[in-house]
Amino acid sequence: MMIGFYAMIGKRNLVKKLVGMNIFQTAIILYFISTGAKRGATIPIVDHGQGGAMHAVNAAYYVNPLPHVLMLTAIVVMVSTFGVALALIIMVYRRYKTLEEDEILELRK
Amino acid sequence: MTTSPFSILIIVVPFISAFLVPIIGWWRKGLCYPLVIGALSLSVLSCTVTLKMVMGGGTVHYYLGNWGPPWGIEYVIDHLNAFVAIIVSVVSLIIAIGSRRSVERELPQKIVYFYCLFLLHVTGLLGIVVTGDMFNLYVFLEIASLAGYALIAIGEDGAPIASFNYMIYGTIGACFYLLSVGYLYIVTGSLNMGDLSRILPDLYHSKVVLMAFAFFIVGVGLKMALFPLHVWLPDAYTYAPSAVSALVAPLTTKVGAYVMIRIIFTVFKPHFSLELIPATAILSWVAIVAILFGCIMALGQTDLKRMLAYVLIAEVGYIALGVGLANRAGLTGAILHILNDSLMMACLFLVVGAIMYKVGLRNFHQFRGLHRKMPITMAAFTVAALSVIGIPPTCGFFSKWYLVLGAIAANRWFFAAILLISSLLNAILFFRVIENVYFEPAVYAHNGGDHGEISRDEAPLSMLIPILAVTIGILSLGILSGKIISNIIQFAVPAGL
Repeated sequence: MMIGFYAMIGKRNLVKKLVGMNIFQTAIILYFISTGAKRGATIPIVDHGQGGAMHAVNAAYYVNPLPHVLMLTAIVVMVSTFGVALALIIMVYRRYKTLEEDEILELRK
Repeated sequence: MTTSPFSILIIVVPFISAFLVPIIGWWRKGLCYPLVIGALSLSVLSCTVTLKMVMGGGTVHYYLGNWGPPWGIEYVIDHLNAFVAIIVSVVSLIIAIGSRRSVERELPQKIVYFYCLFLLHVTGLLGIVVTGDMFNLYVFLEIASLAGYALIAIGEDGAPIASFNYMIYGTIGACFYLLSVGYLYIVTGSLNMGDLSRILPDLYHSKVVLMAFAFFIVGVGLKMALFPLHVWLPDAYTYAPSAVSALVAPLTTKVGAYVMIRIIFTVFKPHFSLELIPATAILSWVAIVAILFGCIMALGQTDLKRMLAYVLIAEVGYIALGVGLANRAGLTGAILHILNDSLMMACLFLVVGAIMYKVGLRNFHQFRGLHRKMPITMAAFTVAALSVIGIPPTCGFFSKWYLVLGAIAANRWFFAAILLISSLLNAILFFRVIENVYFEPAVYAHNGGDHGEISRDEAPLSMLIPILAVTIGILSLGILSGKIISNIIQFAVPAGL
């Protein structure tokens, strides 16, 4: 997470910033997934076939599915952020023919 | 407790229309504008009905898919929400009406996409306001921000790079927010705001909760452009198309401020934010620096739009100061200032849009004699400027009055002094512009002669009506502010302050 954060703030190249952003977001996703894990638990699918739903479900045997669901949404958000960012980078490149922040600042003077 | 379908209609109507716009625009371009106006009007209507219900019967709940909390997503609307939601929907409707001509001029190829993104942005903002679920808030935050990045990027020369920087900062803010939601989820196992505020008091001494709180404040601070985290704002709002600045500038930062109030005073109880950690004290000092910094940086600008962007940073500082004072008067001032500042900024940015449309100038040293050319527009500008300075009976006076009262009640005389100084700085700022407009003799070299009769050439009616509406709003809300406070805001201020 810190690697990504450093890249977003410290790097001068726009693509490197974007890569940093991706690392940062992936780290958060992994973090969320890790919160759902339980020792010795199985996948959270309750067997409904053949009267399977009749016996009680013990939550301790199943991994918490909620963080996974949340992260599905977060992945969608992340992908769309990435898409918008790439589109912006293309616009910047067409205008300045470079993706180095310092060179762009020079050109804009 | 009441449920009402209107609370969901606030969001669903603009959301579905956002996707209808490209389809209809593909068939016939001219229909987009009426569709947007219709959708936003319905949204305003549902907001009004919901506000009426809240004022009549207290908090309104709506369970999405009929899943009750804490499992399902819940929309909770109390006085604070309903108040902010109505501000967002009304201001965006006004901006949408006023945007027509400037969009046709500045972005002739992209009208359809512009309105699609416009509606998505408004949907995101309204969603942030009405939701009662932490993760749902994150999703709406990103919807609003992504639409915002795209809207800003379609502007003039420096816009893509400004928008890219905004995106980097915005994503950091959103990720911090998400991270702190994760921390809270670990310790409480819940994402519902009401549920969290019930569970959290037992955990106030946990380090995890402290971390979560810190990440919240930084993340939301980035989104609302609070002082040390404001770097993205001036560039982004200067280079955006004028209709976009008029939409984004008044609303995004205010919704950020709403999220901050919600987290500090609802999710965490005032007991935590005030007594266990000195969060509000730090916040008020940061706010003071933000106010001074915003005003002083604005003094250095000659580009009117850029100057307004710095004024906006100072205004965010006012709201944060009210939150930081954390007493009844201060918070009343902050909530009232959310309303007033949205109107003032909407008016100022609409005027800038109208000037850009007619004259094509942004440097206010070239505005000489503009009061002859566009008398109504400049009159509106003057009213809004007086309101930013804080002269009664405009509404800006009343929120500042409550902020000063709050500062005195908290025994912070220094803050009260800074508030007065910043009013003086604002006066200097705006009178530089007003002097140029009204008192400097007009010199138009290309007209052939000095002091020649300048023909009246007002902005088109579709721009004038929104400007006038907001101006009348500024004046009348100033007069009615006592009623607003006694009917809505005093219930929005959390008990125990």
